[in-house]
Amino acid sequence: MSIWVNRDTRVVVQGLTGEAGTIHGKGMVEYGTKVVAGVTPGKGGTTWEGKVPVFNSVEHAVRETGANVSIVFVPGAAAADSVMESAAAGIPLVVCITEGISIMDEVRLREFLEETKTRMIGPNCPGLITPGQCKVGIMPGYIHKPGHVGVVSRSGTLTYESVWQLSNAGLGQTTCVGIGGDPVQGTDFIDVLKLFNADPETRAIVMIGEIGGTMEEEAAAYIKANVKKPVVSFICGQTAPPGKRMGHAGAIIQGGKGTAAEKMAALEAAGVHLVKSPADIGRRMKEVLG
Amino acid sequence: MNLHEYQAKQVLSKYGIPTLQGRVAESPEQAAEAFRALGTPVCAVKVQTHAGGRGKGAIYEKDLKTLRLQGGVKIAKSADEARDLAAKMLGGTLVTIQTGAKGRVIRKVFVEAGCDIARELYLGCVLDRKIGKPVIMASAEGGVEIEEVAKRNPAAILRQPVDVAHLLRPFQARLLAWGLGLSGDAFKQFCAMAAAIAKMYVERDCSLLEINPLVVTKAGGVIALDCKMGIDDRAVELKKQAEIAEMRDVAEEDPIEHEAHTIGLSYVSMDGNIGCMVNGAGLAMATMDIIQYAGAKPANFLDVGGGANKEQVKKAFKLLLANPGVKAVLINIFGGILRCDVLAQGIVDAVKEIEVKVPIVVRLEGTNVEKGREILAKSGLKLTSAADMADAAQKVKQAAGL
Repeated sequence: MSIWVNRDTRVVVQGLTGEAGTIHGKGMVEYGTKVVAGVTPGKGGTTWEGKVPVFNSVEHAVRETGANVSIVFVPGAAAADSVMESAAAGIPLVVCITEGISIMDEVRLREFLEETKTRMIGPNCPGLITPGQCKVGIMPGYIHKPGHVGVVSRSGTLTYESVWQLSNAGLGQTTCVGIGGDPVQGTDFIDVLKLFNADPETRAIVMIGEIGGTMEEEAAAYIKANVKKPVVSFICGQTAPPGKRMGHAGAIIQGGKGTAAEKMAALEAAGVHLVKSPADIGRRMKEVLG
Repeated sequence: MNLHEYQAKQVLSKYGIPTLQGRVAESPEQAAEAFRALGTPVCAVKVQTHAGGRGKGAIYEKDLKTLRLQGGVKIAKSADEARDLAAKMLGGTLVTIQTGAKGRVIRKVFVEAGCDIARELYLGCVLDRKIGKPVIMASAEGGVEIEEVAKRNPAAILRQPVDVAHLLRPFQARLLAWGLGLSGDAFKQFCAMAAAIAKMYVERDCSLLEINPLVVTKAGGVIALDCKMGIDDRAVELKKQAEIAEMRDVAEEDPIEHEAHTIGLSYVSMDGNIGCMVNGAGLAMATMDIIQYAGAKPANFLDVGGGANKEQVKKAFKLLLANPGVKAVLINIFGGILRCDVLAQGIVDAVKEIEVKVPIVVRLEGTNVEKGREILAKSGLKLTSAADMADAAQKVKQAAGL
């Protein structure tokens, strides 16, 4: 089992003919993902890399190919509109990779999505992967192994680091989800924890948080009340100075709130296996699973 | 990016929000002229910097020991007094709880007409990340940091979410005004101001908009006495806020951070001794954490991004070596899209070209890592290779002589 994506997932890539879309489109195809369509307004009727049909609209792509997951590589100024287009076309899951959407556009996007049944993962995220089956994202596929640990994270490369440690410790993954580093997101920790908790194949969970906001504290309360599976967690930004944005738009300690210390205390109180060093994630999971 | 108080008030005026007459001065004489031009019996002379807490701050000479003036907001009753106050402020260094020990050099003051004050309130708008919407906050405790009120008495803060499509609805403004115990003219004017704040926050892509204090005058008017305004950097980068982008005051920004921003790198200065170069924001923060965990201190946050090439690595080196505190450098790369061999070549070329004199520890992992390690080993440079993050942190601590 897995969450959200598997070998039957049919992916449409918005912005497939652009630079990022092409590089990562190839990466997904090489991994074995069924990339069934691309969308670039004005390039409808052409084919990408001689095999994938390109359409002018998501609605057309869905009608012709039965695509059921969309991934967005459209630049910041137009990315929110692209996500809305997929939602309007009835796509149930949209993965928005784009970094640099303005916060107010993200707020407008979330207001739009609340009126639909579409879930967005991201923006500003590496996507998600079910090892051995389907990659909808930009992560290096080969570091992942099929297995029983669910991974959820606000980061990109730190997720790769965690997955690498797990795989080296002989611990494969069910699904790895990067929910993104922006302050307004389509999917939060609790959304993912719920599914991992219900997935019979997932035996344990790795949750990588960071400074800013209160999503980790909310996740801690949810874990305490609902999650029976072991959770290993690391919070980055323990040394981050207050008031400074640490790369991610959402990674900022404001008005003394959103510190790593608060988040770590909440997780520890919820019975989570918290590691203080990012080098201990795989090792600790190995210990926990025995 | 942040605006000065006087700039934020220019924008407030465009939204019909009442402010007091005022003028910016960059010399003592200009401050005296401003006093005369305003023609009121009393003026406030206010330090203009992007750091908060100026009222309770202190202004020092360059040595940061000799006190020039206690407090960054002062009352002048004559042009001479305004001149004297400005002379003490301009060129001095303001230290507040928000500036850190180094403080901020004062380049501008704002000379503002006085007003009578019946009540001081708080009105602000911020993003509520939990609900993914802006939220208007109001409190009867004006002139106090809102975080302080939130800690001491969270029930004293009234909140109304802002729907971006409809902004603040009239009933929401009324709920706030009643909650603050307003009546008569002040009630009506406050409702108009709260609605205008919501509109401005949304239309101007604000990240923070705060009127503190909002003054109710004895005649029942409302006035924005102080204003803090921050703009979403992405909106500025996407050129959505051209007018506000022109107000950018580079002198208020950390010079290395500003340089990083212009070349597209994400950099934050810190007080430590280990320079860090990492790909990805989360991994960069985690690298800083593990350096501290090992007993050293990170000197910076630096994300070289997913597509780093030789040029970017070179620029990144120059940036982090511009910090004189750096005794050793830790490069931590998890190659995904960014291939380790490409990055390794970038490091070798950059180190040779700019003659890096401090020890460098490199931890490479991911795509093409074997080729990458080989390039580093054959380079003839004194680079220390590390097996994993924990090993890298230990080695860089030793290399720095700590």
